[in-house]
Amino acid sequence: TLNSTCCQWWYLRDAVTLLRMRPGSPTTSVEGMMAQDGREELPGTDDDPENTGSTLLRRMEICVAEAEKRSGKNAVNMQETFTHADKCSPDSLWRRYSEFELLRNYLIVTYPYIVVPPLPEKRAEFVWHKLSADNMDPDFVERRRVGLENFLLRVASHPVLSNDKILYHFLTEHGWKEAVCETGFQAKVDSRLRALSATFRVRNPDKRFMEMKHYSDELQSHTSQLLRARARVADRLYGVYKVHGNYGRVFSEWSAIEKEMGDGLQSAGHHMDAYAASIDDILEEEEHYADQLKEYLSYAEALRAVCRKHELSQFELEMASQDLISKKQQREELTTGIVRTFSFKGMTNKLFGQEAPEQREARLKLLEELIAEGEESVKEKTVEREEHVERAWVDMQRFKEQKDKDLREALISYAVMQISMCKKGIQVWGNAKECFLKM
Amino acid sequence: MSGQTVPADFSGHMLDLDEDEDLEVFSKNISLTDGNPEPNSPSSMVNQYRLEEDDEQQHDANAKDIFITVDNPESHVTAIETFIMYRVITKTTRSEFDSCEYEVRRRYQDFLWLRSRLEENHPTLIIHPLPEKFVMKGMMDRFNNDFIENRRKALHRFLNKISEHPILSYSEHFKVFLTAQELAPHRKQGAGFLSRMGETMRAVANSVRGLRSRPEEFTLVQEYVEDFSSKISCVDKVTQRIIKEDREYLDELKQYGPTYTQWAGLEEELADPLKAVASCVDQCSKESEEQINHLSEVLVPTLHEYVLCAETLKAVLKRRDNIQTEFEAKNEALASRKVDQEALQEEVDGLADRMELANNALKGDWPRWKNSMRTDLKSAFISTAEKNVDYYEKCLAVWESFLLCQKVEPSEQRHGEDI
Repeated sequence: TLNSTCCQWWYLRDAVTLLRMRPGSPTTSVEGMMAQDGREELPGTDDDPENTGSTLLRRMEICVAEAEKRSGKNAVNMQETFTHADKCSPDSLWRRYSEFELLRNYLIVTYPYIVVPPLPEKRAEFVWHKLSADNMDPDFVERRRVGLENFLLRVASHPVLSNDKILYHFLTEHGWKEAVCETGFQAKVDSRLRALSATFRVRNPDKRFMEMKHYSDELQSHTSQLLRARARVADRLYGVYKVHGNYGRVFSEWSAIEKEMGDGLQSAGHHMDAYAASIDDILEEEEHYADQLKEYLSYAEALRAVCRKHELSQFELEMASQDLISKKQQREELTTGIVRTFSFKGMTNKLFGQEAPEQREARLKLLEELIAEGEESVKEKTVEREEHVERAWVDMQRFKEQKDKDLREALISYAVMQISMCKKGIQVWGNAKECFLKM
Repeated sequence: MSGQTVPADFSGHMLDLDEDEDLEVFSKNISLTDGNPEPNSPSSMVNQYRLEEDDEQQHDANAKDIFITVDNPESHVTAIETFIMYRVITKTTRSEFDSCEYEVRRRYQDFLWLRSRLEENHPTLIIHPLPEKFVMKGMMDRFNNDFIENRRKALHRFLNKISEHPILSYSEHFKVFLTAQELAPHRKQGAGFLSRMGETMRAVANSVRGLRSRPEEFTLVQEYVEDFSSKISCVDKVTQRIIKEDREYLDELKQYGPTYTQWAGLEEELADPLKAVASCVDQCSKESEEQINHLSEVLVPTLHEYVLCAETLKAVLKRRDNIQTEFEAKNEALASRKVDQEALQEEVDGLADRMELANNALKGDWPRWKNSMRTDLKSAFISTAEKNVDYYEKCLAVWESFLLCQKVEPSEQRHGEDI
């Protein structure tokens, strides 16, 4: 079993750091952790004093190592590798994409106040060249593998999600599906209709959440525009580079009929071929940048889901409050006999005469029960709403910081890619110029 | 036109001064057709034999005694038509010219006249082509500014190529073209329409008859010209295609940058880096535009001219063949006929001389043309490569300054090492 939540988070965060290091490098350099002797100094966790020097430390290395195509259902499977100090769990597991989807759906339902990390795209979108649209394309499969690994790392390093038991089952057991179904989360899924009607009919949603929702819409729109434009640019750039390959062919043929110019032309032609070939790697690398943007395109969806959950919980609270108020009014009418609002019962009373006092008593008693239930319900729903708002706000702040950091890094890595491309261009054309000088 | 005359040979006068190079300016190039005395400056003689060397440009710069510019296109409107007149300015120290500076106005038709006169007088010399009359695709308007500017540049190059040719630059027609205020009276003289018709008909008759035996060297030239023609056309087409793809890339780039700016409007922390990326993309677009313009202005016109040269070469070879055929035809007639032997013999001798002159002219001009082709294309390719390096260097600087603004240390870069 696991130790306290605080401790586990620390372990899994550790796993993330471990993975970022190169394989084979010593792990001791990382913040004083992971010794072989099982004894560790934990970073100060004041609310958990008994963990200092705790005995069992689990080391969890999460990586999505391979993809294998299983021919039967044309499914692509991912292999995960784990190493445990205690060796009580399997070293590796196979998981299908659909299992990742199942895990994620479970997390969304179970933690509606968390911006749940997204999965990589199931099908290739925003393709810059028709070839890449194939889901079986090895480059696409590889990028999806990276995306799945990224998903797991994000979940495993999340302060709340990392503690989830089902996540642990997913990572360690063959029979995790039974476990997740046992949670009965599928029954808790909010119906889309309810969610939609909440959006329209809610009266006092938290302003901050409405702003967030608006932000998520805009984020989605801008990132998809950017991705589309980038794909078109990539397509055109591909064309420019590839046409230069024709120079290679013609220069080679032409050099055959020239004496003085021949050598220079021929070698220049080779550089033109190299130039044309270089675009493939350049654009493949750019796909990783696109993937980073796509992740946040999907994150926008997750953010919106949290806002919608707020709308729903607010709406349900409003409905419950409304219902309680109306029931209290009915009670008042019944006891005082004063009809404040129109009611069918009131009308029939007027028309057919008032009911018998026994019936009135019965009805009053029922109402009192209902009111008591209603008050409980309102209390519950108020708590639900408050908790959701509080937790969601915390996670949305966390998400915002993460997003700013990640996207800034992505932009920087994009600039680095551009620089690399420019350097290659300088090299090729510099070489070509040397060849031309020999003409 | 002033009455000054420049002495034929300054060399004796200038020997007192410093460099031999000053002498070169005033010495004359030897040409095959006019019987000018050999220049008695030893270094200028040395220069004659250095024609084939790589630093021919150097030599030309030293020996150049005529400078021509074509500029200032202006619209001329008459009752019948509208056309463009170009200003042609000549500066020269040559003795055949009465003055040292001339300014005349010429239209495209005048250039056509000059070239056809030159072709007539020197049927087997390789004469630089003129820009085409009309452009096939795209431009409908003869008075489009780009079209006029491209034509002006090509006309400028044409006249300069003629002036650099050791034989053609001493042509009387060339001189008249450069100096006469009114060209019209001169255009009426010379071989007329009928004689040209006659020549065409003879050429047709000869081609029907066929060539007996073409000298080996001209067969080699023929084979080369066919191959060269197809290769240079291909290079031309590839270059045009590159420009097309480049333009489409530029169009997309112009739409791509703004997506970053629009997104920046939504963000707080990210606004600055997003806007910075947009600015980088924008700057790179500008560089890309410049690079495309360079291709259009430098490589494309050069390639295009050599595509036309290939056609000129084919025509020259054909004319040479015809001259040989005419001689052979008459020669055979001489062998078979018994009467009029003397008259025929004279004719045949004349045709033989003509053939020999034609062959020698081509033989001499061929290496000169090949070298000129190599130099021109080499220079155009080098210029293109340099511009591409420049383009990438500028874009590199743009993105590096972005990294600097984001305060990224080189060690933070993920792909720290270059390939």
